[in-house]
Amino acid sequence: MTSELDIFVGNTTLIDEEVYRLWLDGYSVSDAVALRVRAGILEQTGATAAVLQSDTMDHYRTFHMLERLLHAPPKLLHQLVFQIPPSRQALLIERYYAFDEAFVREVLGKKLSKGTKKDLDDISAKTGITLKSCRRQFDNFKRVFKVVEEMRGSLADNIQQHFLFSDRLARDYAAIVFFANNRFETAKKKLQYLSFGDFAFCAELMIQNWTLGAVDSQVDDMDMDLDKEFLQDLKELKVLVADKDLLDLHKSLVCTALRGKLGVFSEMEANFKNLSRGLVNVAAKLTHNKDVRDLFVDLVEKFVEPCRSDHWPLGDVRLFLNQYSVTVHSLDGFRHQALWDRYMDTLRGCLLRLYHD
Amino acid sequence: MPGKLKVKIVAGRHLPVMDRASDLTDAFVEVKFGNTTFKTDVYLKSLNPQWNSEWFKFEVDDEDLQDEPLQITVLDHDTYSANDAIGKVYIDIDPLLYSEAATVISGWFPIYDTIHGIRGEINVVVKVDLFNDLNRFRQSSCGVKFFCTTSIPKCYRAVIIHGFVEELVVNEDPEYQWIDRIRTPRASNEARQRLISLMSGELQRKIGLKVLEMRGNAVVGYLQCFDLEGESGLVVRAIGTACTLDKLSSPAAFLPACNSPSKEMKELPFNEDPNPNTHSSGPSTPLKNQTYSFSPSKSYSRQSSSSDTDLSLTPKTAPYPQGRRIFLCPRSPSLSCGSLHLKKSCLLLSESSLTPHHSSLVSPVLRKSVSFSEELFLAASGMGSGSAGKEGGPFKALLRQQTQSALEQREFPFFTLTAFPPGFLVHVGGVVSARSVKLLDRIHNPDEPETRDAWWAEIRQEIKSHAKALGCHAVVGYSESTSICEEVCILSASGTAAVLNPRFLQDGTVEGCLEQRIEENLPAGCGFCHIPYDELNMPFPAHLTYCYNCRKQKVPDVLFTTIDLPTDATVVGKGCLIQARLCRLKKKAQAEANATAISNLLPFMEYEVHTQLMNKLKLKGMNALFGLRIQITVGENMLMGLASATAVYLAALPMPGGIQIAGKTPSDGSYEQHISHMQKKISDTIAKNKELYEINPPEISEEIIGSPIPEPKQRSRLLRSQSESSDEVTELDLSHGKKDAFVLEIDDTDAMEDVHSLLTDVPPPSGFYSCNTEIMPGINNWTSEIQMFTSVRVIRLSSLNLTNQALNKNFNDLCENLLKSLYFKLRSMIPCCLCHVNFTVSLPEDELIQVTVTAVAITFDKNQALQTTKTHIEKSLQRASTDNEELLQFPLELCSDSLPSHPFPPAKEHLESARSNSGIPAAQRATSVDYSSFADRCSSWIELIKLKAQTIRRGSIKTTVTVEKASPMGEGNFRNRSAPPCANSTVGVVKMTPLSFIPGAKITKYLGIINMFFIRETTSLREEGGVSGFLHAFIAEVFAMVRAHVAALGGNAVVSYIMKQCVFMENPNKNQAQCLINVSGDAVIFVRESELEVISTQQPTANCQQSCAGGEVTT
Repeated sequence: MTSELDIFVGNTTLIDEEVYRLWLDGYSVSDAVALRVRAGILEQTGATAAVLQSDTMDHYRTFHMLERLLHAPPKLLHQLVFQIPPSRQALLIERYYAFDEAFVREVLGKKLSKGTKKDLDDISAKTGITLKSCRRQFDNFKRVFKVVEEMRGSLADNIQQHFLFSDRLARDYAAIVFFANNRFETAKKKLQYLSFGDFAFCAELMIQNWTLGAVDSQVDDMDMDLDKEFLQDLKELKVLVADKDLLDLHKSLVCTALRGKLGVFSEMEANFKNLSRGLVNVAAKLTHNKDVRDLFVDLVEKFVEPCRSDHWPLGDVRLFLNQYSVTVHSLDGFRHQALWDRYMDTLRGCLLRLYHD
Repeated sequence: MPGKLKVKIVAGRHLPVMDRASDLTDAFVEVKFGNTTFKTDVYLKSLNPQWNSEWFKFEVDDEDLQDEPLQITVLDHDTYSANDAIGKVYIDIDPLLYSEAATVISGWFPIYDTIHGIRGEINVVVKVDLFNDLNRFRQSSCGVKFFCTTSIPKCYRAVIIHGFVEELVVNEDPEYQWIDRIRTPRASNEARQRLISLMSGELQRKIGLKVLEMRGNAVVGYLQCFDLEGESGLVVRAIGTACTLDKLSSPAAFLPACNSPSKEMKELPFNEDPNPNTHSSGPSTPLKNQTYSFSPSKSYSRQSSSSDTDLSLTPKTAPYPQGRRIFLCPRSPSLSCGSLHLKKSCLLLSESSLTPHHSSLVSPVLRKSVSFSEELFLAASGMGSGSAGKEGGPFKALLRQQTQSALEQREFPFFTLTAFPPGFLVHVGGVVSARSVKLLDRIHNPDEPETRDAWWAEIRQEIKSHAKALGCHAVVGYSESTSICEEVCILSASGTAAVLNPRFLQDGTVEGCLEQRIEENLPAGCGFCHIPYDELNMPFPAHLTYCYNCRKQKVPDVLFTTIDLPTDATVVGKGCLIQARLCRLKKKAQAEANATAISNLLPFMEYEVHTQLMNKLKLKGMNALFGLRIQITVGENMLMGLASATAVYLAALPMPGGIQIAGKTPSDGSYEQHISHMQKKISDTIAKNKELYEINPPEISEEIIGSPIPEPKQRSRLLRSQSESSDEVTELDLSHGKKDAFVLEIDDTDAMEDVHSLLTDVPPPSGFYSCNTEIMPGINNWTSEIQMFTSVRVIRLSSLNLTNQALNKNFNDLCENLLKSLYFKLRSMIPCCLCHVNFTVSLPEDELIQVTVTAVAITFDKNQALQTTKTHIEKSLQRASTDNEELLQFPLELCSDSLPSHPFPPAKEHLESARSNSGIPAAQRATSVDYSSFADRCSSWIELIKLKAQTIRRGSIKTTVTVEKASPMGEGNFRNRSAPPCANSTVGVVKMTPLSFIPGAKITKYLGIINMFFIRETTSLREEGGVSGFLHAFIAEVFAMVRAHVAALGGNAVVSYIMKQCVFMENPNKNQAQCLINVSGDAVIFVRESELEVISTQQPTANCQQSCAGGEVTT
């Protein structure tokens, strides 16, 4: 006796969250059954292995049919074939587009191309995430990228509009798309200590302040590309370190303000010029695409690492950076105050987030 | 007289890409009705075309309106080659033809293609302007309402229940061997879909005509089926119960002019039926030139009233020469009861009858009188006839006379209803069934389907005579079915013999009936159990006891019925689903030999099935079966029997005895030990089941009342073989309690198997209950979560050395595993009950068994269950509170035994119901509020997302504004975004249920019948996920199309949903498969009770009116 056909169709489509997770994680039916057995479901429910097998198959089939719709979530809302309560629809979408931290760190900032896709088996081996799941996550990134690129309007909003994500997930995807578009280097050994959250935080700040969209909402790709004009202008900041007087004045003003307030005052005083040079040079270099990509590497090398080696506490870093950017307003000879703020406000936020072990 | 059909094609969406080059589609639409076709413009290059067409107007006869479906075809325009069809939509416009139902059909319909399935949706608006037609010879029957529901629909009141209507139409099947034909399967399947759509329209119209003739205005319990007879054609047949219904919103019984009894009718004697069922359809109906009737015959001689008024003497309704009538004289000797032994020899197998004889009375090709098996089963189950003649008194006799005469004027006093207005059912006799094996022959003239008609007429006659043998004049819960394999066809009919209250069948109003009920002072809750037959004239042994409820009348020890549990029945504990499963191998054979083999097997199958049912019933410690449905399926090399029923413990019937096992050879010690071990196991199981189903009948016993209940001494014995050993039996007295036990004699391995299989049935996991009736006896606190589902399984038997035992085991495992899977899948709904569990077995190929299950899982409140007292009155009030209109309908009925002398004003009733309503704990209310409207939640969810998007936007503006420099955007410089693509509303939720009601809600309007037929085929089976993937997708699509049609009618639920056919064929070698599905149900609008509460508290007395008015407004 062999089962030729075995199906269950409900008027309301049944979604088993547990099985959905196993499916998303890329397990085969037999693996999923084994995992469910290990989780003790047979004891809890008194079911037999055959029942579990049939149930798992059934759910997998349903998910397989739903997958096509999940590729364009609004379709899931409008389709008539599967009657799914809205809360469940949201869950399906959210989980389908959820990604593993380990995976996203591997591909963040990489071009979402065929080439990268070929490397997925390496990533799978390295992270222990099944290749199937890696493919889904990669395809998700790419799909979202394709849909929202060349689109007008806020990146996160567009993603939310077209994929019906929750707030949080939409912002994460905005970061992924932003990083993929600007190809920021994140894989260097130095940067390994940074989490996806750190990068996503920085991405959000950069999108808000450094992109075209920050000044003009009427252009395509406004949140995807950095404001070229702004990057060109950043060269003007060089005067802060090139002009010796200005640099000294800046240093003395900062030191005066921070004296007694900083635990690492002497280290700061000694390193001020190096740090300032580092930060301003990063800005000045951003005209070149190559240097834009290395932004995070540079920030870590030029600022995070020196401070960390002197054991600055985070509070001191914050105090320093605040004072460092505010004092520029008191430099009479410096004319690019607005430019400085646009650069430094974002950079300060990023640096504070990047500054940890 | 014509009507005007108006159609507007608004838009399409999610169309498939038809042009690979542009990834777009140039779509246009053809709208066809009858022979008229209109086209829309081509909407170039879009997957979401906006045609916004003019109104296409069809001026057509109302006859066509009823018969024809509206055909909408979506095509892709191609300049150079033929236009490609994207798909079709068939819209049944019948719901628009009666005033109270839908007024407009408007909505998104899935575009369906037999190969590709659903391919996008199309928005269509359909309206009908109907001109009043007073022509009495008309061929249309617009205005007759159809309901699948097998009870009086919730917002109606039955003025008269007229009785049985049936009709069948036949045609050539456009494609029966789809794979091997030259024509593309797609073309032939489309032709088939169209034809069946047309045939069911025609059928419905004809049934409607019959109803009008009977002066009814509705058909309740309408059941339409297809017989795919292969080469011999396609038969569409339907049965139903004609009624005159009255909408409850108008309490002053408004009757259309044609329905009011005419003057001469009133002059008829009291006991005459004013609405004779003449089965004529007027002289000009070409398809029905034959009318069957029966002549009064011996078998009816028992009745004393003057019922010899011939039907044909009603010239008003049948104004054609009598010569055209054919009287089907029942072969009374062979049909009358008691001739059990003679019948076996009355197998008619005459050479001449193998060819169809038009107008032949004995047209059956091969006829095995199944009464043999029938009587056998009556005897076996002990539920059958007997007599109760003495008691009852003269009044009862009079009542019987009246009813009998009223009913016997009908050709077939059958009712397809399974639930009745209180007081309708007086007594229930037991299950009657008849089967007959036929050889299919080609239908030569589709316009004269008399062969098929004659077949059914014959079976119905048999049913009728069986009912008579049980002392009953009517059959309720009646249904018919067929099983076809190659050219052999088994026709089956079954029902429950019953005695009915005549008042409902005549023009008497409900009030009248109620008066009579009080006069009678029948003890409610047990009356229907009392035997209707004659105690002195029992054709087989059955033991009767005095009713455990009223102690006045006799009751049988067990009761089998095909109906739902009457609302006023007193039940102890909870019920449960019982199944008997059976396979019998059969040699492959051709034609007559095959038919003979099958008819020889049938009686044994019936006997076995009943034995199993009886054993399982005893094992559960219960004494009655409701909703019994026995399905016998014929295959190439085997026969399958599957019986499902809901077992209950009726307080009125005696406590069932246990099961005793008797060994054959008591000398063998170890054997004895084994036997006693088995005995212990069985006794333990019974005890366990009693606990599980809370069966603890009150011990009001003989001592207290002191009634002269005869202590039955004799045992009911089920003998498996000729050898009898009564001595041994009495020695082994392990009987259960003091009641006599049921003895199972184990004399061979076969019997051993049976006992084992008895014990292998595992009860559902805790928190689950199951039944195949509308509701579970003993549970009355449903919460609002429902989940309807269909599950299909096909197993392949290993073809080697198949034995009956192995086959039985396989089949048993298949069903048990299926149930287990269902329990597992639905575990998140616990505590819940699977209701209306409907199993269908088919044998698509040699070694394949297919089982299809449709049921609904309903959650209930466990805590509430414990609190509810189970007395009859409270229960009926509880029930009533879910159906307020029912309460209004029969106000006296519900409380007749608590305050029998006091006529209740409706207002008081409402107080009562309000009280019982308020007894529902807050938790339950909360859930019902929670689930109140998915649609609302749906849209609010979208709102939420939009809102979130809004806040993000604002957030980002804020941060950008902080940038002092150059930022040219001021306060008002908002980011303009393209309009959201998914701004419009989402899909509304449509509930589906096989039940006639929706828990926690009130049906406010019936929108019309849904009756849909789909074929799906594939030539890329593997690519579509194999057979499972293919069928899964198809069933999901069928659900979607049903929901879409209901939504377009303005409804939010389908009740009495049934999947009547699911014929699946595969050819894996060719990578092909095909499936036919036929579903039906009633589209309704329901309103949550929580939403209604506001209204009802404001105006308790006008509650019903309010809600009915509300129905028009909501959704």
